[in-house]
Amino acid sequence: MSERLPVTPGQTIGPFYHYALLNREKFNEVVAPHHPDVIELTGRVVDGLGKPLPDCMLEIWQVGPDGKVPTERDSLKRKTGHFTGWGRTSTNTDGVYRFFTLTPGSANGENPFFAVALFARGILHVLRTRIYLPLSDDAAAKDPFLSMLPAERRQTLIAKKDEYGYRFDINLQGDDETVFIEFN
Amino acid sequence: MANPSGKGGNGVDPEGTLDSPFKIYDEMAAIKAEYDQKIAAGAPIEEEARVQYPPYRSSILRAPTKDPHHVDPEGIELFTPAFGHHEVAAIESDLTIQANGEPLGERIIVAGKITDSWGRPVRNQLVEVWQANASGRYIHKRDQHPAPIDPNFTGVGRFFTDNDGNYRFTTIKPGPYPWRNHSNAWRPAHIHFSLFGTGFTQRIITQMYFEGDPLFPLDPIYNSIVDPKVRERLVGHLDHDIMEHEWALGYRWDIVLGGGSGTWFEPEGEH
Repeated sequence: MSERLPVTPGQTIGPFYHYALLNREKFNEVVAPHHPDVIELTGRVVDGLGKPLPDCMLEIWQVGPDGKVPTERDSLKRKTGHFTGWGRTSTNTDGVYRFFTLTPGSANGENPFFAVALFARGILHVLRTRIYLPLSDDAAAKDPFLSMLPAERRQTLIAKKDEYGYRFDINLQGDDETVFIEFN
Repeated sequence: MANPSGKGGNGVDPEGTLDSPFKIYDEMAAIKAEYDQKIAAGAPIEEEARVQYPPYRSSILRAPTKDPHHVDPEGIELFTPAFGHHEVAAIESDLTIQANGEPLGERIIVAGKITDSWGRPVRNQLVEVWQANASGRYIHKRDQHPAPIDPNFTGVGRFFTDNDGNYRFTTIKPGPYPWRNHSNAWRPAHIHFSLFGTGFTQRIITQMYFEGDPLFPLDPIYNSIVDPKVRERLVGHLDHDIMEHEWALGYRWDIVLGGGSGTWFEPEGEH
């Protein structure tokens, strides 16, 4: 088929999705919180006035510590304990999200990241970004994507290491507005 | 602009406003007129909702103000989360049989085909739907609309596309409902769809509407897709082939997932 079909546009998730998309298993536990290699990936999502979003849904999709794409099929029931690499959660009343997961690795020397999709009331179609693990300025300057960004904006995509794992705040607007991406 | 009167806000939408609906319609008309001029001058069609669409008041403080960066999808983004058929029960594709009795309202079947923009079927992929009941009420603790809850209807479904990308589910036609974007604001009837394609690049959430809804011209969320032909892609149409004799009306809504360079990832195993 040479003619491309017209693409279906997105619409907001709205305020009333929790009972449909988050009412079953603990989708934010990509691995169990007692897993020996567990890390917490957490942060706060704020609007243009710095006010936390209490109703934002985030999904992550990531490779395993070996850098390989997971192909296990247990993302919904989570009975097998297999690492599937997919997580979903919503922010709480303080705008905070939290995933329990494993640190993504690198199979071919690329800089590891979490792929992120963000949805909320007021956001008319999906916002996508990447959460990179902390890396040196030198490594960032050599990265094919990060190197295209001005240094100060690049920082909005790099998580900070803390005691339990990584912290990554998302600013929807303002001087520190997170870089969002669209795919070519 | 959010909450300019200081009186807006309730349990449904804490940032709601009591702006005049006619102020909202004027703003929508001005955006449309400006768009029509741009198109007449040769600008390309806008294929998505405007991220910043002030008539939708919640977008004012939440929509990013900077342009997104265009990137080639890499690594994990070229794949899609793997969900297994065993994880979803067949009953979840019939929203009318999940309780002890029949829900009230107009029973309908919604069906269609999900493809990528090359027309290749999105096979064996998860679809999640949720919606209000026939009275326009969601089963959600923060929905305060004083319309009846239906004890036989939760409005939640999950299912997989088949090997040809087709999906089909049975439900009740949702009712329109009020919201606090402005005074006397009503959403056209819609079903929310959460869609996974063949890559993370195709992950979207959207809404299906019903043909002929008189609320279309009044709704800022629908009109945030400024081009009329583009927003019509969200409208399901009555389809005789889906209707069932003395049982249910049927609506067809086909979905095309864009996004990304279209790297083809054939799901493997188990299906």
